[in-house]
Amino acid sequence: MIRFIKILVFVSCLVPLGLLAWRFFGAHPSDMSTWGAGLGANPVEALEHKTGDWTLRFLLITLSITPLRKLLRVPVLIKFRRMFGLFAFFYGCLHFSTYVWVDKFFNLHEILADVVKRKYITVGFTAFVLLIPLAVTSTTGWIRRLGGKRWQALHRLIYVSAIAGVIHYLWLVKADIHEPLEYGAVLAALLAYRVVVWLRPSSAMRSRAVAPMRGKVAIE
Amino acid sequence: MLIKQSADIPSSEITPRDLYLNRRRFLAGIGLSAVVAGLGIKELVSPSSEALATEKIDGIQKSAFSTTEKVTPINDVSHYNNYYEFSTEKEDPAKLAKDFKTRPWSVTVDGLVAKKQKWDIDAIMKFASPEERIYRHRCVEGWSIVVPWVGFSLSELIKRAEPLGKAKFVEFTSIHDPAQMPGQRQQILNWPYVEGLRMDEAMHPLTLLCFGMYGASLPNQDGAPLRLVVPWKYGFKSAKAIVKISFTDRQPSTTWNEANPHDFGFYSNVNPNVNRYHSQAHERRLGEFRPRPTLMFNGYDQVAGLYSGLDLAKNY
Ligand code: HEM
Repeated sequence: MIRFIKILVFVSCLVPLGLLAWRFFGAHPSDMSTWGAGLGANPVEALEHKTGDWTLRFLLITLSITPLRKLLRVPVLIKFRRMFGLFAFFYGCLHFSTYVWVDKFFNLHEILADVVKRKYITVGFTAFVLLIPLAVTSTTGWIRRLGGKRWQALHRLIYVSAIAGVIHYLWLVKADIHEPLEYGAVLAALLAYRVVVWLRPSSAMRSRAVAPMRGKVAIE
Repeated sequence: MLIKQSADIPSSEITPRDLYLNRRRFLAGIGLSAVVAGLGIKELVSPSSEALATEKIDGIQKSAFSTTEKVTPINDVSHYNNYYEFSTEKEDPAKLAKDFKTRPWSVTVDGLVAKKQKWDIDAIMKFASPEERIYRHRCVEGWSIVVPWVGFSLSELIKRAEPLGKAKFVEFTSIHDPAQMPGQRQQILNWPYVEGLRMDEAMHPLTLLCFGMYGASLPNQDGAPLRLVVPWKYGFKSAKAIVKISFTDRQPSTTWNEANPHDFGFYSNVNPNVNRYHSQAHERRLGEFRPRPTLMFNGYDQVAGLYSGLDLAKNY
């Protein structure tokens, strides 16, 4: 059952990429001159924006696992958190590659100038770089090697990454901050849940946070 | 009493039961996650390319100012519009501007002029014979297009407005009509949209008073019925759907400058060396994959004289 659902969820997570590719290559994928037309007048911008959107969405989905499993009392959701987190990283890689390759065409000079001087790129870059250690240490082996507490502390970086992601979005829009604020509101709610849990002195959730679970570690 | 605080129960006891008994809740949770993901898949439809409701313009003359570069397809120019009065999504104005009313339309000319006037759009269009001006058009966001605009030099209108000697700037005000323009129902920018030029910039023959493109009247989403085209400045300087032209002795306060003075200056000349909003050294011509270098004044070197002695890094 779980296995089956995991496959289903995995495939679902690839749907946004599939749709992007579908629209990018269009009805005549062998004819290179038609590439991108399905994504409108500026396909590069569309790719950059859609991959950015999905990076942020997967970060938020990942962060919603703990509140959802607690509030709905569905602990088994934890089994999907790593997958969602890795998909956030996956779409982040696509987003970053779009920027480096099709937007800047490997113009290292401009990329470095952007990372240092354009503050929205600086925070976006920070958000992305912070996800790298999390992706690397996402395996069971690494959880064991680091120990639950340290692993958990390290993986709190996802909060910083998500906050930086929202700030990145907020700073890159020219005037209309509606969408970044919507994402920001979702993130604020997800973080508020953690604050509430942490402030509640006799919180069951907190005491369970580091309790062993079937030989592995349950990390909230 | 059988009330037990959950904290008293060792987690080792709870976990397995939760894990294996709550299949229904679990499915609900998965369903919820799917809904969250599904919220994102709202952008399924491809941009449409329905016929444009425009009218052919007769007697268009060619212009020596035109570039010979490849013209951007009309479908791109009419379906990729930064027109915040309608929407901040560039695909939307093509749909939302469909029923926008461009007749009757008049333009008020006031401020430091001999006589305040109100001109009908159809009268304005007869001030001079229409020319086709194929211009490069560079957006501050880093993309560019080549458009065959139709119109004549703004100077033709300014001459007829008879500005006083004191007039040093021209201010252009776009229409304010939230009933027709859904984007104006939100305070994203300070409506109405206001743009401005120095008098000598406005009088420069390149500065185009524009009412058509691709041989026909302007599509609504491209600024019908009357707009400005200032090809050496970033696109937002070229105000759309103009209803008022005022002559002043003070530099007008312009909409984007009010929204973000750090990024968007009054001059906003295309300049690959001044990187306020974005890195501006390169641009992507729509339809091309590789970025190309951005040219000073968007390649319109003939305007350089307007700015001699002016520090363009400060006056951006
Ligand atoms: C976790 C990391 C990141 C997240 C969550 C993220 C998210 C986003 C989002 C949501 C958008 C806006 C999409 C839209 O308008 O629909 C965006 C745009 C963009 N991002 Fe990121 N991003 C991240 C990392 C990066 C990095 C590392 C770079 C480059 C070094 C980058 C460069 C850009 C650029 C250039 C845009 C488009 C800006 C524009 O068109 O004005 N992002 N990103």
